[in-house]
Amino acid sequence: MNQDLPPVGWSRDDMARLAAIDIADGSYVNLGIGIPELVAAHVPPSREVVFHTENGLIGVGPPPPAGFEDPELINAGKKPVTALPGAAYFHHADSFAMIRGGHLDVSVLGAMQVSEKGDLANWSTGEPDAIPAVGGAMDLVAGVKTVVVLTEHTTKSGEPKLLRRCTFPLTGRGVVRRVYTNLAVVELSPDGFAALALAPGLSLEEVRRWTGAPLSDARPEHVRNGE
Amino acid sequence: MIDKRVESCAAAVADISHGATVMIGGFGEAGSPLELIHALVDRGARDLTIVSNNTGSGRVGLAALIAPGRVAKMICSYPRSANSTVFPELYRSGRIALELVPQGTLAERIRAGGAGIPAFYTPSAVGTILADGKESRVFDGREHILEHAIRADFALVRADRADRYGNLTYSKTARNFGPIMCTAADCSIVQVRSISEPGEMDAECVITPGIFVQRVVHVANPQQESRLVREGVAYP
Repeated sequence: MNQDLPPVGWSRDDMARLAAIDIADGSYVNLGIGIPELVAAHVPPSREVVFHTENGLIGVGPPPPAGFEDPELINAGKKPVTALPGAAYFHHADSFAMIRGGHLDVSVLGAMQVSEKGDLANWSTGEPDAIPAVGGAMDLVAGVKTVVVLTEHTTKSGEPKLLRRCTFPLTGRGVVRRVYTNLAVVELSPDGFAALALAPGLSLEEVRRWTGAPLSDARPEHVRNGE
Repeated sequence: MIDKRVESCAAAVADISHGATVMIGGFGEAGSPLELIHALVDRGARDLTIVSNNTGSGRVGLAALIAPGRVAKMICSYPRSANSTVFPELYRSGRIALELVPQGTLAERIRAGGAGIPAFYTPSAVGTILADGKESRVFDGREHILEHAIRADFALVRADRADRYGNLTYSKTARNFGPIMCTAADCSIVQVRSISEPGEMDAECVITPGIFVQRVVHVANPQQESRLVREGVAYP
């Protein structure tokens, strides 16, 4: 199959910056493994955002300098982190009480697929020989107040990840509020996907071409007219 | 007199028999009781059901217990990692069973097991294949599924400090499943870096009260799993 590929659009750091700008001062936030981990570095300096990792730390700090890694101080991706002043450690049942009990404000997750109803698939391709591994994703989408997704707009081979219906096993139904991709910021409206912003130089038609479901235009009028 | 100290890991696991259900603490290598697991490998018990978040890495620790086919069933949330090949091989060839549980549901099932709660309703996994076949009920307009408590015959846990009563403190994110697993097993066996005299540990700062602990083993210099994996070590 000789399929062409979507434009590059925003970098992963750009995507993380856009997601970070939408996180309010004083929020408690859980970052998923992968691109979502980049969000922590892009919180505007005027805001205080507290990061939670489900393996038992709230007040997660940046990675330690080389040589200062502690195998007993890691994040959910099992990478070394630091604990900021004001941090706290806790056991797993308390950690998921924070998650399921609605105490966290924002969950930033990666995705394999997102449907226009806000369904999320991010844990299994459902292939017979795949090793199913779910981790904490189903608890996060069930309990955190606002769930947003940070992901490339398509797979590596150019298949859309924003779809009418997910074909992979679901993580949760109707849980995603907003999606930050390399091509667009997309809101989950009652009518489906709605573009809030497009990566520089891209037209709505171009982004629609790489989207597997209808995409309405929710950009501010002055931006739309300037297209 | 109460004294829960046991002289060796081998002595601490000497009565874990074929068919036992064993909880093993740790999130990746953080909090994994490597020396106790290796003692269980040496003990040779088979047909084990293991409750643990992951399935080990390389060929040490939990992976070394799974590799020779000692584990009949894993109950866990995330049975794969960067250096995990032992579990996937056995799973794909049908030689090990897997009960996949969302991480928060796993933690709560263990907590419930330790707290005398036989089952509970949770919103996690509703609408997914992990809810298939489970009783469901609507509370406040929202669907929840029934999940059952987990208890075990033994728990193997790694903590930082203990006294002879079994009071425990932990180290950073190595705490993870340790405190809840200690509550949910008939016999909780804990390896610690240091032993304190009663009264030396601040009672305000004890994380696991000793009533939840049956055996304590002093392992002053525990091995680091990731280092062993990097060096290609295979246990035994």
